[in-house]
Amino acid sequence: MPTKFKEALESGKFVVTSEVAPPKGTNLEKFKHHIELLKDKVDAMNVTDHQSSVMRYPSLGGAMMVKEMGGEVILQMTCRDRNRLALQADLLFASSRGIQNVLCLTGDSVMLGDHKEAKSVFDMDSSQLLKTVRTMETGKDLGGNELDGGVSFCAGAIVTPEADPLEPQLIKFEKKLEAGAEFIQTQAVYDLDKFKEFMDYARQFHVKILAGIILLTSAPMARFMNKNIAGVFVPQDLIDEMASAPKGQALAKGIEITGRMIKRIHEEKMCDGVHIMAIGKEEKVPDIMEAAGLI
Amino acid sequence: MIRSITQKKPEKEIERLLKGLNRIFIIGCGTCVTLTRTGGDPEVRAMKEELSTKGKMVTGQTVVPVACDNLTREFLGDFGEQINQADALLIMTCAFGVQSIARQLSRMVIPALDTLFIGKETAVGLFDEICTQCGTCIIGETGGICPVTNCHKGLVNGPCGGTNHGKCEIDVNKDCVWTLIYNRLMELGRIDSMRKYQKPRNHLGEPKPGKFKLPEA
Repeated sequence: MPTKFKEALESGKFVVTSEVAPPKGTNLEKFKHHIELLKDKVDAMNVTDHQSSVMRYPSLGGAMMVKEMGGEVILQMTCRDRNRLALQADLLFASSRGIQNVLCLTGDSVMLGDHKEAKSVFDMDSSQLLKTVRTMETGKDLGGNELDGGVSFCAGAIVTPEADPLEPQLIKFEKKLEAGAEFIQTQAVYDLDKFKEFMDYARQFHVKILAGIILLTSAPMARFMNKNIAGVFVPQDLIDEMASAPKGQALAKGIEITGRMIKRIHEEKMCDGVHIMAIGKEEKVPDIMEAAGLI
Repeated sequence: MIRSITQKKPEKEIERLLKGLNRIFIIGCGTCVTLTRTGGDPEVRAMKEELSTKGKMVTGQTVVPVACDNLTREFLGDFGEQINQADALLIMTCAFGVQSIARQLSRMVIPALDTLFIGKETAVGLFDEICTQCGTCIIGETGGICPVTNCHKGLVNGPCGGTNHGKCEIDVNKDCVWTLIYNRLMELGRIDSMRKYQKPRNHLGEPKPGKFKLPEA
């Protein structure tokens, strides 16, 4: 049976997903609050997997919580911390608990996080994890052994439309599609004309594409991303617009800009939907959706 | 030529390792560590000074021609007395040298260096890791450039999202190997080989610890 998220993708509606990050610790109150706030507004919520290699409550546990609270969840899985045994085991577990949307990621370097001396795994990469999902759906594991009880997933991956150089990234993107990605969430895009160029290329493939949108919270934050986040380029005019906000109004300006971008993507039917990342400001997602005219 | 690339251990760590050991014999090596200036004659002399100022007694020092060679035992034979007087041997060679000497002399050995990787001098004074001896070589499909070694994550299906202006997400001084492989394959007109899906790697090339015995002739 297709997941609710898969149904939304297939329905032709403008799909909206967002993200919730599990806490560092066992206090789940804020996490639950974010789920509660978003579960009836977005089509699905991603639960991040030790985002930026910072150790947190696990994505599987977080995904179960979304499920228990009646939300539709996309389990993010990276290959950074688990080898092929552990990843397959977690896929079995997820499927058995009705967590059946999965975003397959390679994962950031351990060195970027808060346990820099840890051993990184990377036994597989994102395309191999996608292929693993599809293999397991045939009733076999990666060792060719029969599974007693199978799995079923709506599996996706990511792409960086503004990667430099772009061509190797697109080769990888096509590999992910061949490996079985049904949907793609992009790295954050800000230059929508450039994004349209990417979509002109991507439309030739049978895959649903959700444009990644990161909420701008201040001009320095935009400059920080330009300097430090691979493949994210906030154009100068947007940085200037953020800087022009009166004191204390930067976040409101960011919400306005983000809403405006989503509105344009929607109105011009650039792609199949958006994936809103309001890192640390999850409670603002409904405001962004309102600014975009989606609710 | 294959080179063992080393770096001096932090001073505090060497101090800790030598705690309670007062008479020290220092050994350097004439090959890789001389080239990398971590265990050649000047570094061995500097270490002697350093230890002397810290109140250690240096019973002697030498730079052996090739520390990892089985002839090192004979070379060190000339220093028998000075070695016997020492509480420990402080060895400024790579771990191959340290372990060769430890096996040959049955003495307490203290490494003064960390062995970073087995590499190649790619420009004057610049050393790069190019092979991790994985036992399942795939460079026939990557234009002769190894992503298992040169991608920070060892990815075999193309770059991750951290690639930036042809550099790696962990260090702007490190190339993204998938940019290099892409450029090389384009040059060779073999980019199709990068489009081919590579299944999860076989990590069973040679289970650790590696051992190889020549078959009977």
